[in-house]
Amino acid sequence: MTQAECVECGGDVSLYDDLEVGEIIDCGTCGAELEVIDVSPPVLDRAPELEEDWGE
Amino acid sequence: MTAGGETLTAGVIGGTGFAGGELLRLLAGHPNFDIEQATSRSAGGKTVGSVHPNLRGLDLRFSDPEDIASVDVLFAATPHGVSMEQIDRYFEAADTVVDLSADFRLPEAALYDEWYEGHDAPEYLDKAEYALPELNRENLPGAELIAGGGCNATATMLGLKPLVDAGVLGPDTGEVVVDVKVGSSEGGAGGGAASSHPERSGVVRPYAPISHRHEAEIGAYLGLDVSFTVHAVEMVRGASATCHVFPDGPVSKGDLWGAYRGAYEEEPFMRMVSGGGGVYRYPEPKAVAGTNYGEVGFELDASNERVVVFSAIDNMMKGSAGQAVHAANVALGFEETAGLEFQGLHPVGSP
Repeated sequence: MTQAECVECGGDVSLYDDLEVGEIIDCGTCGAELEVIDVSPPVLDRAPELEEDWGE
Repeated sequence: MTAGGETLTAGVIGGTGFAGGELLRLLAGHPNFDIEQATSRSAGGKTVGSVHPNLRGLDLRFSDPEDIASVDVLFAATPHGVSMEQIDRYFEAADTVVDLSADFRLPEAALYDEWYEGHDAPEYLDKAEYALPELNRENLPGAELIAGGGCNATATMLGLKPLVDAGVLGPDTGEVVVDVKVGSSEGGAGGGAASSHPERSGVVRPYAPISHRHEAEIGAYLGLDVSFTVHAVEMVRGASATCHVFPDGPVSKGDLWGAYRGAYEEEPFMRMVSGGGGVYRYPEPKAVAGTNYGEVGFELDASNERVVVFSAIDNMMKGSAGQAVHAANVALGFEETAGLEFQGLHPVGSP
């Protein structure tokens, strides 16, 4: 298992070996949803937010 | 200090209240404590389970508080004012006293004159150590008198401490407005007209719009003068603090994450919940109900130069009995999480 840095909080994110580009994972520290941009080496970015109504 | 694997005897003074019941629940499941005695003025001779139905399996009856058994550690869960009168008796019975009331949580007698009705035993204030390990861990080992923090103050300080540590907030830096929502158990088991179910149910009641006593703790331990308001809301357990912070200078989200991770990443009972995905995106009392966990999170509102900080605890656990056991674990050299491993429930209704 490799690790990458969360782009939201800077915490370590554990990555499984069979990670695929486009996969959405979440950071165990802050809960941010992260998109896998590249796997070798692993690159993460903030995942696009879902268009949901959160009480507005 | 004791070795980590030792078993000590414990007594609970004031075992019929809600905090006393939580203490008994925690001590009953604690690997390093045997409950020797639980006292009650109102339920003497009755089983603990007759008052706290979740403890019906406990083979223990309430006894008279006039006959305090000799124990290693005495936990006091009595109303404010009792422990300061009884503290000499408590130390005759035990080497270590953990008080959950407000009686020893402020560091100076003058603060009791200002915020309470004075103090009967001010000579003990220098001996007392504030219980919240996230603020005072380094002074707890070997402490003989441990003073539990107030629940609303605990929720607020857990939220703001990382900003103080990082220099974003200080005695002369930035305005802070705190709005706390609390459950009905904060009012204790005694009740009154405002606590009867028809009156209390469904309210969003500003029960302490200004001058709440817990402001004194926040000033004493974080050095902050906050504008503080508390609402009673439709919960049984829980305290949820929303702190509106207006720093003097610019801060980035990276600065904030650095501050919160720096403060809490290694803490066994602190969780960071901020944005992200899923249903629970910010601290939520439901998620920590029954546990000793505290949740904190924040959001940066650049448009009005505001940081809004959220924190959630169970007022009877992290805000009272759980904090007391956590502090005792640190003071006595036990495993810090001993007896406090419960992770909470999901899903769960109104806690």
